[in-house]
Amino acid sequence: MWQRIRLEPSRFFLHLAVLLIVAAWTLPTAGLLVSSLRDKDLIATSGWWTALTTTERSEQARMKPPADQVQKDGHSEISGNLFEGTDHAGQISAFGTRVQNPAEFSAGATAQLQDGRSLTVNSDGSYVYTSPTAFTGDRGQRVFFVTSVPPKFTTDNYRTVLFSEGIGRSFINSLTVTIPATIIPILIAAFAAYALAWMKLPARGFIIAVIVGLLVVPLQMSLIPLLKIYNATGFLSKTYLGIWLAHTGFGLPFAIYLLRSYIAGLPKDLIESAQVDGANDFKIFMRIILPLSFPALASFAIFQFLWVWNDLLVAIVFLGSGNDQLVLTGRLNALLGSRGGNWEILTASAFVTIIVPLVVFFSLQRYFVRGLLAGSVKGG
Amino acid sequence: MANIKLSNLNKSYGAVHILKDVNLDIKSGEFIVFVGPSGCGKSTLLRSICGLEAISSGTLEIDGAVVNEVPPSKRGIAMVFQSYALYPHMSVYENISFALENQGLDRASIKQKVEKVAEMLQLTPYLTRLPKALSGGQRQRVAIGRAIVRGAKVFLFDEPLSNLDAALRVQTRMEIAKLKRAMPDTTMVYVTHDQVEAMTLADRIVVLQAGRVEQVGTPMELYEKPGNVFVAGFIGSPKMNFVTGDPAERAGCKTLGIRPEHLEVSASSLADGIPGVVEYTEILGSDSFVYVATDYGMITARENGRTAISKGQKVWLKPVSGYVHRFDGNGKRLDTP
Repeated sequence: MWQRIRLEPSRFFLHLAVLLIVAAWTLPTAGLLVSSLRDKDLIATSGWWTALTTTERSEQARMKPPADQVQKDGHSEISGNLFEGTDHAGQISAFGTRVQNPAEFSAGATAQLQDGRSLTVNSDGSYVYTSPTAFTGDRGQRVFFVTSVPPKFTTDNYRTVLFSEGIGRSFINSLTVTIPATIIPILIAAFAAYALAWMKLPARGFIIAVIVGLLVVPLQMSLIPLLKIYNATGFLSKTYLGIWLAHTGFGLPFAIYLLRSYIAGLPKDLIESAQVDGANDFKIFMRIILPLSFPALASFAIFQFLWVWNDLLVAIVFLGSGNDQLVLTGRLNALLGSRGGNWEILTASAFVTIIVPLVVFFSLQRYFVRGLLAGSVKGG
Repeated sequence: MANIKLSNLNKSYGAVHILKDVNLDIKSGEFIVFVGPSGCGKSTLLRSICGLEAISSGTLEIDGAVVNEVPPSKRGIAMVFQSYALYPHMSVYENISFALENQGLDRASIKQKVEKVAEMLQLTPYLTRLPKALSGGQRQRVAIGRAIVRGAKVFLFDEPLSNLDAALRVQTRMEIAKLKRAMPDTTMVYVTHDQVEAMTLADRIVVLQAGRVEQVGTPMELYEKPGNVFVAGFIGSPKMNFVTGDPAERAGCKTLGIRPEHLEVSASSLADGIPGVVEYTEILGSDSFVYVATDYGMITARENGRTAISKGQKVWLKPVSGYVHRFDGNGKRLDTP
């Protein structure tokens, strides 16, 4: 019994590491989501982790000027509401007349001030200020008070970024780039992978070696030559077709490599059985290989989708910066420069950007893990 | 109706010579079993007949036509794989109908044929299931159904029972024998390493060793008249005893082969008997095996029922006359004079 409870050190560190990694990824995401839903004034004054608690804020306001005083029971009296003329609402918890001590008296209490004057401020902001003598001067007395602001969430930030900051349009641009740039390489790579795994081809081993070699070629190396070719052709430069082809080219080596190792691991008997059953290569591919390779296809689709969605470099190089072509990452980058201080804009934009990867990942994650094991476990 | 003729068939992978000059004439409607130790090339031979392996030299004829270059699907054959090779993502119905679909048959006739086969193999209730929801025996039947539905003239079986447990193996073996009786015109070629399957199913057995055909014959021919030492040792269980030296010379040969069931074990001295000490005994109920250490090596004898002989006892062994096999210096059989 005791032995079962005892944690081995290696397991302990494994769990600790997993916990740290989970925290390192989920905390910022949660912070981003919470911040993007908060009121823009609140973002500026308090951290996202206080979003669910009531925050206290020191404020000040002026009472009505002495001109508005009325005589009552031999006293001069000024009454009104401290929130008058502002869009504030909130609960006043304490008030005071000196800036050094805004919480001198609690709300609802009557403060005895000098010269026999007294001030009562209620929690809803209404106040009564009385004096045995007439008030003089032409400006109202200042009152300092502490308000407690209840938690407040809003979708205004999202409305702003989607419709007036251009994030909505960029979202569509990003989808326009990403979806074809994911589907085209899968189509090509699946055919190539089957051919390289099961068909008798001259120099098959050499072709596979070249593809594996291409895996390590940095993308940056081919940017300039590719751009020159695009400019020479004319019809590819700064077009969606051009960027689809570019992403397809950059994604293909990995796609072929991943799919080939998975497809090569499918049982040989199945393919031979289909041959005996009279299926040609195309039929074997469509009816046997494709359905059985779905986990690997899905896993590559996630990889490619996330990579293209998050890509900035290729988009900057091969796509224009006009409103109808700027992708989300590019727009985000532009916003960082122009609206760097507006956290509500930046957090909402950032969250819009990560929504799609999150959805893709969570809906396909079981294939993701299976695909990572592709080739390492027989029969996957 | 299809006879298969193999002439000087060779198969090599680079420098490795797998099949060496295989000559075989399989008559139409025959049940032929290839047996041999693992690595002897029996599966390669089957796959060559199927067309999954290219033939390096020699010819393969089916029904008189050379089919060396004909793809598997055009040879009029069907194959049952060791792993069954059922398509895991297709239902039983789709598995059986796949070949017909490839032939371009219309839906109505596919349905009719599949249902007929399913009924024959008692698979009708399972037609919509996926292979993973079937038991081992049912999967086996689907694999056979896939072969039957194509109306192939030749059935090839590649160790079809090796994935089943012992009880199911016996039952399925009988089902295959029944299938053969139901399809007397269909030629069947069956690969196994299990000699019980070979003895019970085969019309003729082909014993292979290291890519060569050692002997072709009916099960009883191989048992009664093994052509050489290898076949003699391979067929029969427990293995045949081989004795060299004095007893062999007295019989006028180099090696004397005696099956355990043809040995008389006596606790008292026998004329011309081989003396020895019982090393241990195995009592199986219906029979017992006695292992005797002699001057000529360990000799196994089989006794009916429970043996009275116990460990450590001194015994004399004598072959039952007329049941000895004589082999010359090259291991070839010498006919009894």
